[in-house]
Amino acid sequence: MSARIVILLVVIAAAAALPAVASEYMMVQLIPVIAYAIALLGLNLLFGYTGLLSFGHALYVSLGAYTAAVMTSRLEVVEFELVLLAAVVVAVIVSVPLGMLCVRYTKIFFGMLTLALAMLFHSFLFKFYDLTGGDSGMRVTRVNLFGNPYDDLDKMSFLIGPFYWYCLGLLVIVGFLMWRLVHSPFGLHLRAIRDNPKKAEFLGVTVARFRLLAFVNAAVCGAIGGVILGVNIGLADPALAYWIHSGTMVFMLVLGGFANFFGPILGAIAYIAMQDQLQSLTEHWRLVMGIVLIVIVVLFPHGLAGLATRIGERLGGRLRGKRSATTEQTSAQISSAATASGSSPGAGR
Amino acid sequence: MTAFLDVLLGGIFHAAVLFLVAAGLQIVFGVQKILNLACGAFYAAGAYVGVAVTAWALSRGLPPGAFLLVLIAAGLGLAVIGPPLERLLRTIHGRDDAFQLLLTFALLLVFEDVFRLIWGANPQSLGNIVMQYGSINIGPTRTPAYNLLVIAISILAAFGIGALLQKTRFGRIVRATAENRRMSAALGVNTSRINALVFTLGTVLGTLGGALVVPTAAASLDMAAELVVEAFAVVVIGGLGSMRGAIVGAMIVGLLRAAAITLMPEMEIISIYAVVIVVLILRPWGLFGKPAT
Repeated sequence: MSARIVILLVVIAAAAALPAVASEYMMVQLIPVIAYAIALLGLNLLFGYTGLLSFGHALYVSLGAYTAAVMTSRLEVVEFELVLLAAVVVAVIVSVPLGMLCVRYTKIFFGMLTLALAMLFHSFLFKFYDLTGGDSGMRVTRVNLFGNPYDDLDKMSFLIGPFYWYCLGLLVIVGFLMWRLVHSPFGLHLRAIRDNPKKAEFLGVTVARFRLLAFVNAAVCGAIGGVILGVNIGLADPALAYWIHSGTMVFMLVLGGFANFFGPILGAIAYIAMQDQLQSLTEHWRLVMGIVLIVIVVLFPHGLAGLATRIGERLGGRLRGKRSATTEQTSAQISSAATASGSSPGAGR
Repeated sequence: MTAFLDVLLGGIFHAAVLFLVAAGLQIVFGVQKILNLACGAFYAAGAYVGVAVTAWALSRGLPPGAFLLVLIAAGLGLAVIGPPLERLLRTIHGRDDAFQLLLTFALLLVFEDVFRLIWGANPQSLGNIVMQYGSINIGPTRTPAYNLLVIAISILAAFGIGALLQKTRFGRIVRATAENRRMSAALGVNTSRINALVFTLGTVLGTLGGALVVPTAAASLDMAAELVVEAFAVVVIGGLGSMRGAIVGAMIVGLLRAAAITLMPEMEIISIYAVVIVVLILRPWGLFGKPAT
């Protein structure tokens, strides 16, 4: 356990040290990685841990981005903390009633309803030009962090410097809270609901309420990710709410590995890195991405995290004889976690 | 009156095309329980291939009046993509719905880029070929005769599918498989063959819809994703898996959209999705679907 914390701290420290060594270009790629990692942590709570596949997560991401746009360019509130707070409040206000509707359904119906709601919002953003700027979207201006406008930095150095560290901090905080959440009795309830909702209900779990809480949590994460995306691009545009964007986020999650805590983060990194590499190679990067998605879905349904666990297990199995008892215990834990996630969503059938 | 007739005719034409694609979605969902997001890609494939084949045939001296036959042939010919795709989907048969949804989503992405690869980013159209058949006066308004032909084809297709499912041996087997796959398999039905046939039928309905729409609207890269939005509304309103639902849903969506475009363009998709959400809340199984057990 403590070894894992050490690894985690090293990774965080390395990420924090990146601006010193990485190129400007790479840093620019990393901000959306963080944004998507946060948004996907929420999506994973809903899909990986609760078993509800949302095809409308883009709704909350765009909600965050548009809240940032309204706050900064309409209301001229540029304090990032206030923008984040506003996005969280908006996400809660919107997701509570919508969640109450959506969690009455599961499986394909849940996916359809979330998709329909997101498309409703997309269409609103797209068509009500006077309010939302239509297809050209709404500008998101530069923000102050902790009241500091960083006037001495140009836009790029601001984004890849202070803003990057700020977002990394946010990811660490959201990640920590999410970790506590899924490893609390609350998280256990969610997994019980995922694996067998009827049984959970009989055991006294108020299924609808837990699903709703997961839904709202996911929405808040989505909105935080959306705020970061908005500030990073400097624009909130309706494509953020389109169903293809929702599908892309599900793709990222499955690529990283759902139901694995670090799957969302892995997925965000892998997706953005792959997209970036492919885009520089060919204009037909979507074709390759689509094929990758097909391969992942058909052959590696547990994504990169699942693959890593499997490789880890195999190595662990080979070393088992030599290592001490503690390692054995951890690898046993990992493998039991893997089998638990292995039986995840399909278990309902 | 003129405006009303225009909305009615435009709406029914749109509904006719939507019905074809939605019928394909329904029959696939009914038998395989897959909500096929790739239906939009089939529709776009029909449109692109329709343009290409028709343009080629015209350059080879096809009398322009026969373009409809070429389009139909192109739509039907695209049946060839059905079986291999069904084979791919079969690899994840029995897994969670989520994976099937995701796989068809991946197919949509792949197809979109294949179109870009072959035809580039510019929309492909057949110019003004739709006026080959002239236009017809209906009361105070005029409408291209081609639109009426498409409506007629769609109605014929509806009757054809109905007869196929209700009157033939194949239809009985399909309905039995949709009802209870394991029981049908136990009674000796070759369900994987039925799957392949049904999926191909669904594909053809989509490609035919796309081929028929292309004289009136250019084939473009975003038409696949946009069509999914509408076809999806049709099947949710009508009820997943129901053929009658596809007809009624297509009429509702087609007319609603035509009315919104004339009266309040901002409400084009919002009005459709407002109906979708009301239906999902009040009758999640749709107007003609069966409640989940």
